[in-house]
Amino acid sequence: MPSPRYTREIPSRYRLEAGRCKGCDKVAYPARRVCPSCRGKEIQMVNLTPKGKVVTSTVIHVPPDDFLMEAPYAMAIVETPEGARLMTQVVDCEPSTVLPGMDVSLEFRLIRKEGKGGILCYGHKAVPVF
Amino acid sequence: MAGLVGYGAYVPRKRIRTEEIARQWGKNPETIKRGLLLQEKSVPGFDEDTITISVAAGRAALTRAGIDPQKVGALYIGSESHPYAVKPSGTVTAEALGIGPEVHIADFEFACKAGTEAMFVALGLVEAGRVEYAMGIGADTSQGAPDDALEFSASAGGAAFIFGADDLIAEVIEAYSYTSDTPDFWRREGEFYPRHGGRFTGEPAYFKHVLAASRGILEKTGLKAEDFAYAVFHMPNGKFPMSAGKQLGFKIEQLETGWVVPTMGNTYSGSSPTGLAAILDVAKPNDLILITSFGSGAGSDSFVLKATKRLPKVQGLAPTVRSMLDGPRHYVTYGEYAKFREKMIVNE
Ligand SMILES: [Zn+2]
Repeated sequence: MPSPRYTREIPSRYRLEAGRCKGCDKVAYPARRVCPSCRGKEIQMVNLTPKGKVVTSTVIHVPPDDFLMEAPYAMAIVETPEGARLMTQVVDCEPSTVLPGMDVSLEFRLIRKEGKGGILCYGHKAVPVF
Repeated sequence: MAGLVGYGAYVPRKRIRTEEIARQWGKNPETIKRGLLLQEKSVPGFDEDTITISVAAGRAALTRAGIDPQKVGALYIGSESHPYAVKPSGTVTAEALGIGPEVHIADFEFACKAGTEAMFVALGLVEAGRVEYAMGIGADTSQGAPDDALEFSASAGGAAFIFGADDLIAEVIEAYSYTSDTPDFWRREGEFYPRHGGRFTGEPAYFKHVLAASRGILEKTGLKAEDFAYAVFHMPNGKFPMSAGKQLGFKIEQLETGWVVPTMGNTYSGSSPTGLAAILDVAKPNDLILITSFGSGAGSDSFVLKATKRLPKVQGLAPTVRSMLDGPRHYVTYGEYAKFREKMIVNE
């Protein structure tokens, strides 16, 4: 995630901005210029509701270097009420308890640091709703 | 009259118990619990910092206010743990909240009173008519040096307040500030942990400024302790705010609602603001509320607020402080705590 790309992705990462197709209502996250389901080109920007359900999940035991201190941690594909899907870490819980069907909220968190002196990259992570 | 249109708070879910810290350093936990009145404290995860706490509290405040974020013309965050030395926490926070780019932003710093400073300036801009709404946030992920008394209290959390002129949930009756040059607690540039002047932090620092600011605003408003439903004072530990309150003539029933420190710890810039949020969670129309912060260095800000009949309508729109303090928690060991707070040196 080099800085210029991170900056371009701020609207989707910070505010969960997604695109709703005016032709078929499909919500894609992040927004696309062309609808992946009907190839429509009229896309309206919407903010995803910051909650959803776990569709599928896994536990990472051997993470990339930037996430070494966090392992083991859960990763999941989460579906929001709009039907958009995103892959996120699921935190503030035992990783093994993250299973399909779990209700989660999406919270604004620090995702990673670009090395010791680089920028801080923020986005959303899922947290179980009790 | 200007006042609050929304408020929100956030407390991380991780906790460490006083016993666990005491065990690490061979101290008697009962002495600490009795002396400082601290049972446990919040601990930020790797992925929580002043910015993420500000966003969570700010979102709750916007939800309660029910306003368009684009109308927020100023955003100030007070903290002594801004994640960047150069680059304001407010830039990231505003972007995440959907505020700006037509917005005035600054980060504030004044030890533990940076949060009320942000509120003080936000209020002033609304009163002056310069902006329609202004947000003031106090948030911290404070650090105490290992085996220092501060390690039992330094915790993480914060609260956000949106000031406006109409549809108020609480009027601000008065604001007052009291400051002097007092070297009770400091951190030099480049040092990792702050240092404090031991016993010097009590009478000549905390009590002098908290009492002077509180007495000053009482005199300015002509109000007495018994006129208030609630009062909250900066909470470096459990004992100081209770002692200050009693010296000012407040009774325990007026103090305990905002006294969140026994299970939250000292969230520094977020301390008295989070206590105020806990009070707003339950206050009734026409209740008078006193808040006095304290920041080492040293100074205090005081506000007198009066709840309106709109307040009960917004209380349930976002999580209450007590629901976060008493809700789902995850207790960590000292080893995990040291890892989360990056007190361990690891190979790159
Ligand atoms: Zn389509």
